[in-house]
Amino acid sequence: MSVSSLAGGAQPTFAATPWRERAEEALIPPLVALLVALICGDLLILSYGQSPAAVYRLLLEGTWGNAYGFGQVLYKATTLAFTGLAVSFGLRAGLFNIGGESQLAAGGFAAALTGLALPLGTPLIIALILCMIAAGCAGGVVGAVPAYLKTRFGAHEVIVTIMLNFIVLALLNWFIAGHLHVPETLHTPEIHAGILPRLADINPRFHGSAANLALIVALIVASGVWFYLFRARGGYELRAVGLQPEAAEYGGISVGRVWMKALTLSGMIAGMGGINYVLGYKHYYEDGFASGAGFLGIAVALVGRNHPLGVLLAAFFFATLSQGGLAIHAFVPKQMMDVLQGVVIIAVATAVPEVRRVLRSARKRGDA
Amino acid sequence: MTPAIRMVGIDKSFGAIRANRGASLEVMPGEIHALVGENGAGKSTLMRILGGLMKPDAGRVEVNGRDVTGWSTSDAIAAGIGIVHQHFMLVPTLTVAENLVLGCEPKTRIVVLDYKRAADDVRKLSNETGLVVAPDRLVSDLSVGEAQRVEILKVLFRGAKILVLDEPTAVLSPPEVHELWAVLRRLRDNGATIVLITHRLDEVVELSDTITVMRAGQTVERIKTSETTPAEIARAMVGREVSLSAGKRVQPVQRPASPQPGQGLEVRSLTINSSRGIRVVEGVSFGVKPGEVLGIAGVEGNGQTELVEALAGLRPVLSGDILIDGVDITRRPVAARHDTGLSHIPEDRHRRGLILEYTVADNLILGVQKYFAKRGVIEKDRVMENAIQEISAFDIRPANPILAARALSGGNQQKVVIAREMGRDFSVLLASQPTRGVDVGAIEFIHQQLLEARSKGKAILLVSAELNEVLALSDRVAVMYRGKFAVVMPAAEASEEVLGEYMIGTKKGNAA
Repeated sequence: MSVSSLAGGAQPTFAATPWRERAEEALIPPLVALLVALICGDLLILSYGQSPAAVYRLLLEGTWGNAYGFGQVLYKATTLAFTGLAVSFGLRAGLFNIGGESQLAAGGFAAALTGLALPLGTPLIIALILCMIAAGCAGGVVGAVPAYLKTRFGAHEVIVTIMLNFIVLALLNWFIAGHLHVPETLHTPEIHAGILPRLADINPRFHGSAANLALIVALIVASGVWFYLFRARGGYELRAVGLQPEAAEYGGISVGRVWMKALTLSGMIAGMGGINYVLGYKHYYEDGFASGAGFLGIAVALVGRNHPLGVLLAAFFFATLSQGGLAIHAFVPKQMMDVLQGVVIIAVATAVPEVRRVLRSARKRGDA
Repeated sequence: MTPAIRMVGIDKSFGAIRANRGASLEVMPGEIHALVGENGAGKSTLMRILGGLMKPDAGRVEVNGRDVTGWSTSDAIAAGIGIVHQHFMLVPTLTVAENLVLGCEPKTRIVVLDYKRAADDVRKLSNETGLVVAPDRLVSDLSVGEAQRVEILKVLFRGAKILVLDEPTAVLSPPEVHELWAVLRRLRDNGATIVLITHRLDEVVELSDTITVMRAGQTVERIKTSETTPAEIARAMVGREVSLSAGKRVQPVQRPASPQPGQGLEVRSLTINSSRGIRVVEGVSFGVKPGEVLGIAGVEGNGQTELVEALAGLRPVLSGDILIDGVDITRRPVAARHDTGLSHIPEDRHRRGLILEYTVADNLILGVQKYFAKRGVIEKDRVMENAIQEISAFDIRPANPILAARALSGGNQQKVVIAREMGRDFSVLLASQPTRGVDVGAIEFIHQQLLEARSKGKAILLVSAELNEVLALSDRVAVMYRGKFAVVMPAAEASEEVLGEYMIGTKKGNAA
């Protein structure tokens, strides 16, 4: 048969519908969720006797409105981008990595140790690469444990990653408190090599903000994740396992091997996030630096719909909320932003599947 | 007489697609009414409207003369309409009785379920209808046929007088089908009204009193069964002449025997355990020569599924050897078997055969993705080229390579699987239930493809619950019974009656 028969009975309806469908499915649900969150925010602010418009204006001024605030947003977004990418990478393979918290900490710890071990004056690029490899490997090891236990013994990765958080964080605390700390503190000495330039070094207007070149690394990792997932054969197989493990198995894909790879890489991505704090901001590892960023990565992945671009946007959004909490502290308690973050997460968790279901069922009924 | 169901001028659109346009249906009380049509003809939509699951855009629905247009599901249940779905909706961890009373549990004085009364109620209903199933058994332990009986009992338990059965025989073996028919006839004789949605024309002719044919959302024909023939019904369904290769009275096509060089598939005393450790295939040996179709018939659950899965590399083998063209592949993983020349049409396309969220183009490379990647990167252009080629060669509609497989009709989804497995070079094909849930037009096409592959010297192992299909396509037929081949015989000597006896184990054969 020739291709010309394509032009016959069934006219190809290329691109148009699927692209529109995909765009609709990607954009409408999170927007609905945000709208819901915004309304809740209004009510909260009103209940505090303040004007929502004024508070939101203050929030925007304190975050995107000046270079320092914007720099802080970028700094916070960088860590969240790493942890969010890590969670979303696992989810694409059907695995829920709740261990971002400990993977991030382990990565930061390894980066600090490497920075300490390297001699003063090691060229930045070499030091950076070594620190990143160390951070990635540390996170990867923490991610590989649940992967191995799952493929070998069928242990559920959610349980194992949660429990590993306690174990790894306690071990790190023991290392720091017992062996490596600067007296009177809970952090290591300052690293000798691998200090990343801050944005302020390039543009003085960012002065004081912690934003640094780890941001660029996050963007590179995000594009790498995108390329792997949607262009590489490994990504084709990884997503297949995530969507329908039995069909993947039928297609000659080793499900266990993909799980191993996905969780290990997920841990590596989270681990690399440690460089933002250690190499870019404080230049030492401090106990508890990761607190919350690993878990918030789950929300970031959720809101970002497991797409690298979405994850970057969601990381930026959550970082804005968290920085904005400081800006509006004079009017309403900054905890309001924590509440709002919670509302966003719940709104996304409920509204996204619901809105998507409505969209889908409208379409599916259309096919019946 | 007032019709039990009268639906007139039903319109229902979903976006741009009009599922029903002026469809009508008239079912008299106490009759078995067959509703037939190709996939996507609008039968299910019409029944969902009847069951209150959706509201029509236009038109009128009457039940027993009462206008009930746009009613709700609970109204429909209260009015005695019971829908038995194609996919069972039972709780596997509960017993039959518990499933039946779910939602309307009889209670003792305190809130606990009165289990004894529930079991008695079930037993009574069982005896009245002939739907025999032990109330104390766990649903997870039931066979497919038994589970279906429970589904029917469930709607009867809720007092249904009008039964709608959606493709009830799709998963049943011939003896089970005959039992079901007996039950349906008895229910009708006791005054129930039955609407039967089906693809199988032999069932329609044998069982129904009246037939409504739908095509493209419209009702094209309503006719007394005694006044028509399968060929006429098929023509009305498709809108053109179809050869009924799966039809009841059609003789297998005369084909020249075409033994070819090469060794095909060879299986030596294969023994397989189920995942629960139960022996499901025991010492089965057979060969399929190039240019030959070996058909395996048998009641579902006699080891056919496990046999095919083991051949495909999806299930570990306890002992025995599998050879393709003389190469021992017993211990090789799935991907290596592909490379040796094995193609596999799996029995469940939704679970195994397709990744429903993936595009048609991406589905067309599943299993051979490594040949479409260069240094680990998928070559999009080649994937697309391949898709356009296969879509045209196998007439997949709509002809859009970037549409999600989920959006295709069942028949076209199956064509995607078949295009992928048969569009590439292979020497042995495992075809498991290749036409299950597929409409008449697609069945014809799939049969043609199988016969064409046979004449090109491929070795084909066909496993099907459709005896007609096995008889019409195979050179030799084997019957599987309790994990063994009960008999292997030339298709020319086989008939439904002969095979049927081996299938239910009343006759033991030559191939132990």
